[in-house]
Amino acid sequence: MTAPGGAAGQAKPVVDIRSLSLTFQTDDKPVIALDRIDLRIDSGDFVSLIGPSGCGKTTLLRVIADLERPTGGTALIDGMSPEEARLKRIYGYVFQAPALQPWRTVERNVTLPLEIFGIDKAERKRRADEQLALVGLTGFEGKYPWQLSGGMQQRVSIARALSFSPELLLMDEPFGALDEITRDHLNLQLTELWRRTGKTCVFVTHSISEAVFLSTRIVVMSPRPGRVLDVIESDLPRERTLEIRETVQFQEIAARVRRGLKAGHSYDE
Amino acid sequence: MNRAVPIAAVAVFFLVLWYAGAVALNAPEIIDLWTRNGTPWTTSDLVQAAWNMDRAVLPTPHQIVADLYHTIFDYPIIDVRNRNLLYHVGITASSTVVGFAIGLVVGVALAVGIVHMRTLESSIMPWVIMSQTIPILAIAPMVVVILGNMGFTGVFPKAMISAYLSFFPITIGLVKGLRSADPLALDLMRTYSATPAQLFWRLRLPTAMPFLFTSLKVAVAISLVGAIVAELPTGGVAGLGARLLTGSYYGQTVQIWSALVAAAVLSLILVGGVGLAQRIVVGRSGGPA
Repeated sequence: MTAPGGAAGQAKPVVDIRSLSLTFQTDDKPVIALDRIDLRIDSGDFVSLIGPSGCGKTTLLRVIADLERPTGGTALIDGMSPEEARLKRIYGYVFQAPALQPWRTVERNVTLPLEIFGIDKAERKRRADEQLALVGLTGFEGKYPWQLSGGMQQRVSIARALSFSPELLLMDEPFGALDEITRDHLNLQLTELWRRTGKTCVFVTHSISEAVFLSTRIVVMSPRPGRVLDVIESDLPRERTLEIRETVQFQEIAARVRRGLKAGHSYDE
Repeated sequence: MNRAVPIAAVAVFFLVLWYAGAVALNAPEIIDLWTRNGTPWTTSDLVQAAWNMDRAVLPTPHQIVADLYHTIFDYPIIDVRNRNLLYHVGITASSTVVGFAIGLVVGVALAVGIVHMRTLESSIMPWVIMSQTIPILAIAPMVVVILGNMGFTGVFPKAMISAYLSFFPITIGLVKGLRSADPLALDLMRTYSATPAQLFWRLRLPTAMPFLFTSLKVAVAISLVGAIVAELPTGGVAGLGARLLTGSYYGQTVQIWSALVAAAVLSLILVGGVGLAQRIVVGRSGGPA
């Protein structure tokens, strides 16, 4: 992956995962969620993890975020253990649901992490305004989450994840619960946001077109046990519009993702 | 307006039932008296007499209203013979509120302890539940008499009974509330490496607020019941419990009913007060009620 914009060839990867395994102990038998995963993500990359339900893509993201502990192998985030990385607030996490606090306004939801980090009020306000502008929600500061649509709520949660300027943005099917039209719109906003901020993004999805549209690299995973089947480098330009999905280049990448999923028996019953 | 009609219809239904019941329950005694005295009477006489009988088995609403008016407005609040009903309401209200406040402090402390320490849950929780299986009528006289012997009289022994009853729903409700935070919301706080204190103040407690206020409404109502029950063994000195007791001693059924109405109104005011507090607290922290 050679990213135009200076990030290419950097020695230290943002995420460096080697032979990572995770086995859950359940009552009847152990479940291998991740089986010897190797993954390297460089600064400025947009990496999608794609696979059917139960392939461990969310688990892998949670390991990076130190929400799960691996049972084997190593994961280095910015050269640190996931726990150190979490304590140093290197990443922002966007969940499947917006997880906004209903008793807080939009602005105070965005500033929640800043309050926890002890940042003063004036600075909190400034950053909230900045991030809400970035996700196109200026003017909604005083609203409560229940007054917003699902797509707007998820944009608030992205603004919240970006509010403390993390190096790495981890997203777990953030648009999974939204309708396709809203999803297209948010994908477009997200790719613009990524291009403008230069953040490293790891994005979990089970939508092929979403993965191809957003990513510079697509990691295809298979279920039971969770393994990496294929890593596809995308040669689409970094600047993307929805029309790019009609191009042959896009279709070819999508076809390769689909082949990868098929090889992993993702379409079997 | 649409809500007023069905409510009024139910009220009318109960009033009719009440007046009919007063005739049915009070008439036999009157007929008995008139037959013995040889007084001639008509049905209309009987109904009139049944609705206005002294020491009736079932007094009528207008008798109760008249008694309420009389006992509230015809005596000074500070009266040598404690004849003003509001004085008794005040006595009961004060031990209810003090007991509720103690119950709130104890209930919240227990809930916070139980949620944060596993050992507390296994050691304290069974006692908390067992404490509520003992009938309050059995324990209240003992507590009041024992505390009285130790020199504690007045509000304090009664407040203890109220506290004993009211801490329970607060503890149970708040434990449930503090544990009801969404797993996703907890994960989010973990990604911020929030401290236990931050987790408590910024997530667990706000999440628990609706549970807490529901419990507080139950707690304040049974706190009143506790105060009234605790007034019974004191020998009818003061308070709504005392009014109930002296009423039944002297067959003053109207006085009993007046005390019941006063207790119901007091209960409504207390529960309403908790509702108001909820609106202020939730309003301040934002979000839908």
